[in-house]
Amino acid sequence: MEETPHNCPGTGSAQAGRGAACQGCPNQRLCASGAGEAPDPAIEEIKEKMKTVKHKILVLSGKGGVGKSTFSAHLAHALAEDENTQVALLDIDICGPSIPKIMGLEGEQVHQSGSGWSPVFLEDNLGVMSVGFLLSSPDDAVIWRGPKKNGMIKQFLRDVDWGEVDYLIVDTPPGTSDEHLSVVQYLAATHIDGAVIITTPQEVSLQDVRKEISFCHKVKLPIIGVVENMSGFVCPKCKKESQIFPPTTGGAEAMCQDLKIPLLGKVPLDPHIGKSCDEGRSFLVDAPDSPATVAYRSIIQRIQEYCSPHRPKEERTSLVPETRGDMDASSTASAS
Amino acid sequence: MEAVAEPGNLSGVRHIVLILSGKGGVGKSTISTELALALRHAGKKVGILDVDLCGPSIPCMLRAQGRAVHQCDSGWVPVFVDQEQKVSLMSVGFLLEKPDEAVVWRGPKKNALIKQFVSDVAWGQLDYLVVDTPPGTSDEHMAAVEALRPYSPLGAIVVTTPQAVSVGDVRRELTFCRKTGLRVIGIVENMSGFVCPHCTECTNVFSRGGGEELARHAGVPFLGSVPLDPKLTRSLEEGRDFIQEFPHSPAFQALSAIAQKVLEAPAQLS
Repeated sequence: MEETPHNCPGTGSAQAGRGAACQGCPNQRLCASGAGEAPDPAIEEIKEKMKTVKHKILVLSGKGGVGKSTFSAHLAHALAEDENTQVALLDIDICGPSIPKIMGLEGEQVHQSGSGWSPVFLEDNLGVMSVGFLLSSPDDAVIWRGPKKNGMIKQFLRDVDWGEVDYLIVDTPPGTSDEHLSVVQYLAATHIDGAVIITTPQEVSLQDVRKEISFCHKVKLPIIGVVENMSGFVCPKCKKESQIFPPTTGGAEAMCQDLKIPLLGKVPLDPHIGKSCDEGRSFLVDAPDSPATVAYRSIIQRIQEYCSPHRPKEERTSLVPETRGDMDASSTASAS
Repeated sequence: MEAVAEPGNLSGVRHIVLILSGKGGVGKSTISTELALALRHAGKKVGILDVDLCGPSIPCMLRAQGRAVHQCDSGWVPVFVDQEQKVSLMSVGFLLEKPDEAVVWRGPKKNALIKQFVSDVAWGQLDYLVVDTPPGTSDEHMAAVEALRPYSPLGAIVVTTPQAVSVGDVRRELTFCRKTGLRVIGIVENMSGFVCPHCTECTNVFSRGGGEELARHAGVPFLGSVPLDPKLTRSLEEGRDFIQEFPHSPAFQALSAIAQKVLEAPAQLS
């Protein structure tokens, strides 16, 4: 690259190639054509918007159907049980938006105000946004290619008036594609606390989850930890346990040990979870004594501790696992 | 929608079936694999095209992970997963240097590879090509439907689980099929109940009835319910032939019935 002139407005600026200082610069034509890499102005706008959001958590999985939306919804419910905690739940699964149903908000519509789109409020302190609220019929399909999906995600982050939020939980679709790249890129100028990665015990899930972990490393997204869902089933009649999704390669425990990532907990299969989700109710409230509820609450507490402002920043961004009773599998690094 | 059969690598393929679902994790890859195995046991030559680029599950399910893809004059040679060379498979899984490598691509790049998978794989003579897809209604699905359209696919099998959260997404997939002119061969309800191996009590782990209800509502055939069967899950994990090894398992009957409907479909739909 040749020398830039004095007072160069910057290749990314609106004046690139057009300012007085650009005259005679060998790159003038290039800049004026807009071919210079101007970052999306939305990134700065989103940064501004996110100033009122204290913690951001992404819920990811390479694999579909492992319980991301179920987990996101119940994480939101649990955090919002404290009426002084403001919670926002953002569903960026554009093709398969499950969150409205799971939160009991199907059929709700989004309203526009002067300050942007209003999320749909389940409680005063729990707001939800999903493309599901923008569709007029449950049969409507969102048949969009990547760029249009990205545009929607940009709008969700930039144009929704979330207000003062303690926790923004972002539920994602399965995979490592447009939606995931976009949400990480658009939030690049803000601080994402980390990602919670959901899996089920069997290798076919872990295979995809390892790719998701690889994605997180690639985009430098900290990993809060892994949740193993559908981990064992207790027959309601004879109370004996079966492994419907057998951990043929050691389950999430072995994977977490291998990759030195915290295992936040294991949630057993409880048929009531599916039922509560179908009926749009919090499973934590419907079945407070279920082993699954106990597991969820313990995991959620660990996530809160991770995000806690009292925890030193170096620890929060490190991948060193904590040990905590029988819930954690990693034996290498020591507890803080 | 009639289309003249085009020359090219799919010209020797008699019937193309897509396996779709709006929802993730309902068992598309499982159904694709078991359908292919069942068709093979019925004497057919079957190809499987795995267009799930982010989560390619099928190589492992057929114990073919790590195999190399070779080139020939007409393009890529699909990987044969059995000695008799009756089942062939193409997946992005074979093109990755490391199994944990993530394919972090945006839409246009995914579209390009899917087009290549359709036009540049030397499938040869096949009775059936089963196309496994990722969840959703986006780039991969549009690319696959557009690339396969000249070959007049037999149609799509749409997979759901019983609960409303799945059915909610699958309804949108049915709209996708309608809008893209893709015939729906029928709906399969997977993970339909779990029979406890200790006491034989059947529990509806993921609710019940949603698949059949959806088929009724949408006016499409209901192909059957497949129960949760740990033997099936284990077979897939270990790359074994479930159809051959566990003919007495609860899931076997359901899967065989679905395969039978696919075998009858060409005659019924013409």
